[in-house]
Amino acid sequence: MDRVDLPALALHFALLSLMAIGGVSAILPDMQRYVVEVNHWISGKQFADAYAFGQAAPGPNMMFVTLLGWQLAGWAGAIAATLAIVGPPILLTLGVTRLNARNPDTPLGRAIRGGLGPIAIGLTLSSGWILARSSDHDWPAGALTLLTVALMLRTRLNPVWLILAGAIAGMTGII
Amino acid sequence: MPLPQPPIDNTPDTDAPNIGPLDLFLAFSQLAMSGFGGVLPWAHRTLVEKKGWLTQREFVDTLALGQLLPGPNIGNMAVMIGYRFAGYTGAAAAFTGLVAGPFLLMIAAGLAYQTYGALPLVQQALSGMSAVAAGLVLATGLKMSRSLKRHWRPWLFTALALTGVGALRWPLLAVVGALAPFAIAAAWREQD
Repeated sequence: MDRVDLPALALHFALLSLMAIGGVSAILPDMQRYVVEVNHWISGKQFADAYAFGQAAPGPNMMFVTLLGWQLAGWAGAIAATLAIVGPPILLTLGVTRLNARNPDTPLGRAIRGGLGPIAIGLTLSSGWILARSSDHDWPAGALTLLTVALMLRTRLNPVWLILAGAIAGMTGII
Repeated sequence: MPLPQPPIDNTPDTDAPNIGPLDLFLAFSQLAMSGFGGVLPWAHRTLVEKKGWLTQREFVDTLALGQLLPGPNIGNMAVMIGYRFAGYTGAAAAFTGLVAGPFLLMIAAGLAYQTYGALPLVQQALSGMSAVAAGLVLATGLKMSRSLKRHWRPWLFTALALTGVGALRWPLLAVVGALAPFAIAAAWREQD
């Protein structure tokens, strides 16, 4: 694995952070593309593992970037990656809040939301697809992914139970 | 049609019960580490049900705005709620409370992963968890798509984004940069 260019990583993540409408799901594929495929800093499996753990652990899912940063460059990586992902959105939200947007429903605001919403949905679906491609190497794993989708759409089950089930399925060799 | 009000009145609230930065830090720390699987239910439980800092309506409206702004929903909410009660310091305290615990937890996980990550059992467990995580993200995307209008244009942009990033693996910034102006212009024209 090559040496990690932390400033470049931080810049890239900071730029991506402003596209993360609805959360990190939308920008996941490009984070993966950047650290795994373009720069070969970590393996696809390490990336997927970090994300899986972030989902399982308490706290916001976005915090998986801390683990990702750690894998890339220890404390410096963890801090840089986290700040890059949360910084710009915080500033934007603060700005919007500070300006006391009494009327967020301007025609321009509606157009931006109406335009970007479908794109964000496409990005999120891409994320899921790419995660599935890198995780599901055989049909039982694929079936588990589909089962998860079905249960999440049909029930109000807490996702953590599914993650636990996944861990057990993996350990017992079903996956 | 009357103009909608902002989710919460963001002018710092002088009549509010004294909710200071420390209170915000502690409250958000608590809800971040409360449970597995998702912060939002705990946020609701803590902020609305237990402490009564927000009404149900305020919570929902703040969440809606948080979802529209880039970045994680709960993070945006922390900033907005923190600012409301204690200005910039409040926003900082709330957000720091939200991420401090998880940050350290992730570091601990990283250390554990370095030591135990190569063990076959751990690898297998993580493989199973990854398959589930993929399903969770797909489900999120599908739930989001329920909100798409029955018009071909939004669906087209969804499909283009999905193709560009998901299938062709083009850089996200390029795909969004190319699609966004058209999507926004189209949405703008549709308003008339």
